[in-house]
Amino acid sequence: MKVVVCVKQIPDPADPGELDPETKTLKRDVKLILDESDSYGVEMALQLVDDAGDGEVHLVSMVPKNEVSGLRTALAMGAASATLISDECLSGSDALGTAKVLAKAIAAQEPDLVLSGTESSDGYTGTVPAQIAELLGLPSVTFAKEISIEGSTAKVKRQTEAGYDDVECPLPAVVSVTAGVVEPRYPSFKGIMAAKNKPVEELTVEALGLDPANVGWAGSRQDIIDIAAAPVREAGEIIEDEGDAHERIVAFLDELKVL
Amino acid sequence: MGLDKIWVFAEAQGDSVASISLEILAKAREIADTVEVFMSGDGDDHAEELGDHGATTVYATGDLDGSLQGSAVASAVAAGIDSGDFDLPDAFILGTTQDGRDVAGRLSVKLDAPVITNVVDLELDGDALVGTEPVFGGSTNVKTRFTSDKVAIFLVRPKSFEAESVGGAEADVEDLDVPDLGAAGGAKITDSFAEETEGPRLDEAAIVVSGGRGMGEKDAFSMIEDLAKILGAAPGATRAIVDSGWVPYSYQVGQTGKVVKPTVYIASGISGATQHLVGMKGSKNIIAINKDSEAPIFAVADLGIIGDVHKVMPKLIEALNNR
Repeated sequence: MKVVVCVKQIPDPADPGELDPETKTLKRDVKLILDESDSYGVEMALQLVDDAGDGEVHLVSMVPKNEVSGLRTALAMGAASATLISDECLSGSDALGTAKVLAKAIAAQEPDLVLSGTESSDGYTGTVPAQIAELLGLPSVTFAKEISIEGSTAKVKRQTEAGYDDVECPLPAVVSVTAGVVEPRYPSFKGIMAAKNKPVEELTVEALGLDPANVGWAGSRQDIIDIAAAPVREAGEIIEDEGDAHERIVAFLDELKVL
Repeated sequence: MGLDKIWVFAEAQGDSVASISLEILAKAREIADTVEVFMSGDGDDHAEELGDHGATTVYATGDLDGSLQGSAVASAVAAGIDSGDFDLPDAFILGTTQDGRDVAGRLSVKLDAPVITNVVDLELDGDALVGTEPVFGGSTNVKTRFTSDKVAIFLVRPKSFEAESVGGAEADVEDLDVPDLGAAGGAKITDSFAEETEGPRLDEAAIVVSGGRGMGEKDAFSMIEDLAKILGAAPGATRAIVDSGWVPYSYQVGQTGKVVKPTVYIASGISGATQHLVGMKGSKNIIAINKDSEAPIFAVADLGIIGDVHKVMPKLIEALNNR
């Protein structure tokens, strides 16, 4: 079974960077890491391939400036190989542009299953999995908390507002995996060493057969007309508990007349 | 001057229309002369409520026989546009929900139209719609507009607008034909399960009591449940403890969970990661209990208690029980 996992390399959320006021795109001169949201998809893919007894996990990712550090993390976890679409014209890509690029790279792999996170930790549009599926003419199940493969069918528990749905889906299919549903493995030392030599194919947008005008900032067909600090809440009353803080809470709730 | 027409994707929640859909209707009605609704299921079940909230027409697919809404609704809308049955609207607005994102994603490909996501406000600038989206955990607001002539697709976050009944007449119900979906429509729901819940709904409760990693261990979450019960509140949780399996996802408040705006939000053992803050900082009053005086939650708290939740919470529960 061949599983392709979409992974995003993002600035460390602990140091999220800022928008460049000139270009209105994210400043990306920081080291990129594997988006934690995607580590669940990688782990799920590795487990499914293990369960199937044979097959491999291939990664697809896109960046403006051939960053690979996040990809290497996923390779160190156990993915076999990767496609990296690296092109400066990808800077400022929106969800649809991203999906167009990833879908092209995925199609070349002829996978049985495509996995992704439900949304990235930095852009969090949550539309890319459905867009990839539509571009590839595939069925999709988003927000999966459990996946099992039986023959040529994926059985998925899909998270809903109220609980979950059991969903059956013929393969090939696109499935997005919610965070926290599996425990992503830590790369072993052996894995980290092996990852250095795993094949990463680097492609430009034109090599994929796409027009650079349809991706990146140009392809997003959007204009940012304003960037402003969000209104800040007024500072509140902060007290140290001396054993009677609960009384202050009760009084506060009383003032609000909610008791 | 407003826009001519806006389409809204509506979702059902049990027998009613989901709150997010009614919230979008309120905004759509404010900025456009005509608001039409697209949804799956039986339109007649919801025509009265949707009309009351300002929709004139409901295009409904009927029972999807287990198909997920994404492919079915997007294909039906696109087919209606292609065949000339529909005049294009100025915008198509959906909620940032599981199915809303599926429909928007699929439709954006079919129409080659970009999507503006995570919108918390919409305004008219001339005859263009401008969306406001929070970035960097809500510290910065970005305003975006489309530059293409495609249908403007917006995904709106829950609780961005207030639903409002305007006493409109029952909406007309029209069939929305779903074309053959081919392989793309292959996913089928075979069974549905709902979590057992007591008390008010998390996203509707006047008071929310939430716990985070600072509660220490799973068993300590019972204090959250106890306090919630006394206050008639809904219990909530951070993504960290949902991911750790302490409580189900339905408890989760934050970017990937529910957005809540209660009268009072009590954050107990919650440090205030941006992921969590975006889901609750619209609360009218925020009480935070955390032993780390540097915790970011205190920056949004109206009343902050620097202290051990294991000491403060039991006394608070006892004091309220004795009233």
